[in-house]
Amino acid sequence: MTTLNIDHVSRWFGNVVAVNDITMTIGPGVTGLLGPNGAGKSTLINMMGGFLAPSTGSVTLDGQPVWRNEDIYKHIGIVPEREAMYDFLTGREFVLANAELHGLGAKAADEALATVEMAYAQDRKIATYSKGMRQRVKMASALVHQPSLLLLDEPFNGMDPRQRMQLMDLLRRMGDEGRTVLFSSHILEEVEQLAWHIEVIVAGRHAASGDFRKIRRLMTDRPHRYLVRSSDDRALAAALIADPSTSGIEVDLAEGALRIQAVDFGRFTALLPKVARDHGIRLLTVSPSDESLESVFSYLVAA
Amino acid sequence: MYDPTVARLTYRALLGRRRALILGVLPLLLVVIAVAVRALAGVDDQTATDVLGGFALATMVPIIGVIAGTGAIGPEIDDGSVVYLLSKPIKRPTIIFTKLIVAIAVTMVFSAVPTLLAGLILNGNGQQVAVAFTIAALVASIAYAALFLLLGTVSRHAVVFGLVYALVWEALFGSLVPGARTLSVQQWSLAVAERVADGNLVTSDVGLPTATVLLAVVTVLATWYAGQKLRSLTLAGEE
Repeated sequence: MTTLNIDHVSRWFGNVVAVNDITMTIGPGVTGLLGPNGAGKSTLINMMGGFLAPSTGSVTLDGQPVWRNEDIYKHIGIVPEREAMYDFLTGREFVLANAELHGLGAKAADEALATVEMAYAQDRKIATYSKGMRQRVKMASALVHQPSLLLLDEPFNGMDPRQRMQLMDLLRRMGDEGRTVLFSSHILEEVEQLAWHIEVIVAGRHAASGDFRKIRRLMTDRPHRYLVRSSDDRALAAALIADPSTSGIEVDLAEGALRIQAVDFGRFTALLPKVARDHGIRLLTVSPSDESLESVFSYLVAA
Repeated sequence: MYDPTVARLTYRALLGRRRALILGVLPLLLVVIAVAVRALAGVDDQTATDVLGGFALATMVPIIGVIAGTGAIGPEIDDGSVVYLLSKPIKRPTIIFTKLIVAIAVTMVFSAVPTLLAGLILNGNGQQVAVAFTIAALVASIAYAALFLLLGTVSRHAVVFGLVYALVWEALFGSLVPGARTLSVQQWSLAVAERVADGNLVTSDVGLPTATVLLAVVTVLATWYAGQKLRSLTLAGEE
């Protein structure tokens, strides 16, 4: 059992608060750290990995502090987001060096390379690797010592779909083996496919935590805004507002369109075409106006 | 205290094609100058002292020290690959100490060897001038490597600061302000050379005991502090 405890952790850089009083417990299995770019995911992961001191609060792994404690790395494997990794070495030299730094030898390195299916290209210089190959060699370097906690910062960035699937399989396997795996991502679908448990961070704050389906429902049930143009805006508005799925409609004269706020997403999407047909109104434009991830996240924060 | 894997990675990084080329330029220039001076002016002890003191020890050794000292750690911190060393159960001071040994070795090879060679070419080690400056270069290599390794650990602009120190402080400021010479690696190593060379060819503004103490203190303090800095090194995220 390996449990990473983040206890009332904040981190600020000058006047900017990057992480704001976050408390979470990461246990065995795969956990996704979800949040838009700039939310503070990397800052948090850097603190989890012992590369940044929390301004307040503490990060501990099974009770041991992570900051300024080199021995903790016997239990932690880290896959950083940054690309740089001794490009002048071959893949095998790189993984072997990582194994040696853990006091291990060629056997551990070869096993790790086999696990990420990179043995076939292990004698090529890292400089010649594709993004996905680099990612896999980074994985191998983090796995050489069979860590019980694996931290990955945006591991799927820049990977093609096949490489993504391979890495997901691998992480799933690690989780099934009882390891604690935490990865960050700003892409909902990645987290949905892989994580058993998710933690959502928005603007440095802990926005949601728990089972993915629960959070997904929160995201779907939030008020949706639409911009609609039709052959008769006012008649359409009158018909829609009569139904409880719609909570507000504004006639935007400048745009020549309706701005509709729907509270029941499922019901509204079925209602709109029906109402239009019944009243003989032609729908010209129906576009969601706040489908960006940021607006989804900021709704979660408010919820 | 010494980790062979860290050493291997550091050597490979330092002696990569481009950096090795830069490291080789000045020593080559020194030897070319020595050959030219010998051919044009013949054997002269004073000339040999001027070339070795004025170019080898005052310019070449500190610049090699800057390249090797900052290069042993600066680029890794800059591009973030140092994370692969730091995320290991290895004491951070061990990483610094190992990199110091590598930086010293590289500085010595690229500065002391050409100094000896140039001295032999210039006057065939007459009055022990070649050996004296070679020993000075060896001694200076240790202090420069430690100083510039620290600089590479604390600053992203280590090469610039290093060159400013080497060229402005050691060469220019030191020749204008007498007090500054007491705090100059070059003068400390000259104090050692003064003892080795015959006659009054080589002189230093600092006595040998003071020089020895200052060399040791600077080397030890710089190494210790670099180890401490690495223990709390913060890797900035890309956000």
